Amino acid sequence: MRMTSYFMEATYLVASILFILSLKKMSHPETARRGMFLAEAGMFAAIVGTLVGTQIVTWTWIIAGLAVGSIIGGWMAVSVPMTAMPQRTALSHAFGALAAALVGIGEFVVKGAEMGAVTRSALGFEVMLGALTTTGSLIAAGKLQGIIGGKPIQFRGQNAVNMIIAVSMVSSFIIFCIHPQFIAAFYSMLGIAFVFGVMLVIPIGSADMPVVMSLLNSYAGLAAAATGFVLSNNVLIIAGTLDGFSGFILSVLMCKAMNRSITNVLFGGFGAVIAEASSNVGGVMREISLDDAAMQLAFANRVVFVPGYGLATAQAQHAVRELAELLEARGVSVKYAIHPVAGRMPGHMNVLLAEANVPYSMLYEMEQINPEFSSTDVAVVIGANDVVNPDARDNPKSLIAGMPILEVDRAKSVIVLKRGQGRGFSGLENPLFFKSCTSMLYGDAKSSLSHLAQAVQHV
Amino acid sequence: MNPAVLIASVYVFALAAFLGYQVISRVPPLLHTPLMSATNAISGISLIGSLVLAGAKGYPQSAHILGFIAVTTATVNVVGGFGITDRMLKMFGKRKTESKEAAK
Repeated sequence: MRMTSYFMEATYLVASILFILSLKKMSHPETARRGMFLAEAGMFAAIVGTLVGTQIVTWTWIIAGLAVGSIIGGWMAVSVPMTAMPQRTALSHAFGALAAALVGIGEFVVKGAEMGAVTRSALGFEVMLGALTTTGSLIAAGKLQGIIGGKPIQFRGQNAVNMIIAVSMVSSFIIFCIHPQFIAAFYSMLGIAFVFGVMLVIPIGSADMPVVMSLLNSYAGLAAAATGFVLSNNVLIIAGTLDGFSGFILSVLMCKAMNRSITNVLFGGFGAVIAEASSNVGGVMREISLDDAAMQLAFANRVVFVPGYGLATAQAQHAVRELAELLEARGVSVKYAIHPVAGRMPGHMNVLLAEANVPYSMLYEMEQINPEFSSTDVAVVIGANDVVNPDARDNPKSLIAGMPILEVDRAKSVIVLKRGQGRGFSGLENPLFFKSCTSMLYGDAKSSLSHLAQAVQHV
Repeated sequence: MNPAVLIASVYVFALAAFLGYQVISRVPPLLHTPLMSATNAISGISLIGSLVLAGAKGYPQSAHILGFIAVTTATVNVVGGFGITDRMLKMFGKRKTESKEAAK
């Protein structure tokens, strides 16, 4: 082995250690940022090590790629708004997976003939996962950005069609592993995987995106890990596996938060079977005036804000923080209750509120805040619906039965900020809105909140 | 693939999976979005495979071009991913001082 190769391997080892340390520092918001510097240093070391340790013959493509990539990446890093974080992340899953797939294709073109069965199966795995994650993530990004409709796209016999596609993809993979002389099998696997990625994501609605995002994250990571197997490169295996497992853990958490299995999210077609779902809760929704709502808030001891995705679409994060600060100045204790699936990706709502300068010490997870609702004077629900639907707890026939909810109905009074009287995202009726302790404040969340803030000042 | 290398790789994979599970399950839900974007940036390490494809000895021109695209997309992930993660974590970090100022 040449001296430079030892140097390269050493940088890879350093990079692996730094990556793990950086994720360890992610366990607390105070240390997380320093942790990321470690990961960046590790990445830099690995890149330098590779350029020194491999015999590079042409620099043109390398420099061009690094330059173009840095410009696009840098532009993304400074310009993407926090509300668009899910799309950005989906897009980067697509990019990461595409890079893995392309490396696989390149390796196949150059060394395909001399590969053993094990390397070929790792390669097949890499290319297959890479390709389906690329198109799947692009569709997810399109849905999140609103380029493609957020409603599930479904047709009769969809599951059968998907099954046929999946089976033909896997059989191409197997043929490729067993019979290296059939080059066509490799390319048909690649093509079918691209199609399969699209088919996998189009039937899934926007509300289920947190799960899909996490799954695609996991796939992208595993594709990178498979690349490591193909190239016998340990740092690729380690980094890819960390990414794959983090995505997997997040998918499990998101599924738990919706009380659904992964298969149900992928093949269930939520929202298609609404017909007999809702328990026909009668009664009237009680409307409340701005002044009365402001009065209630101003004279409360404990207020909990429950933000949902509606808060983000109304761009009302700053408005809610201003209202909260006014209340705190009056001596009211204010907390925020964050449901795990509030937002379009895991943890999204926390980031949106952090951007609006809400201290993270005021953000409470579901398990922490639920016991406190009974001693809460006013719970303010802003643009959230299913995550506060008591049917999930009380009505075993409900579509969302068993989904853990924020138990706002235990609070002494509830004010719901809502655009209009319509049903929410999932189309389910929400009995919370008809309870005697609940009052509705209709209108755009942002203007309602800033009017509330004005009214509180005049109380 | 040499069986010894394969076995070593499987060991690395299994240990990384175990370690990843231990480390990542300690990350609070508060930081799940930055976590996803950070692991994403880290898995941009496939950049090193792309670099080899784009310029190393023994690869034809067609591989160099595939490599160029791969280097570009992987770099977007690394630079964009770390950049955005840092932007988010900065928002979570700055608060202590600011809320103290507000308290005054």
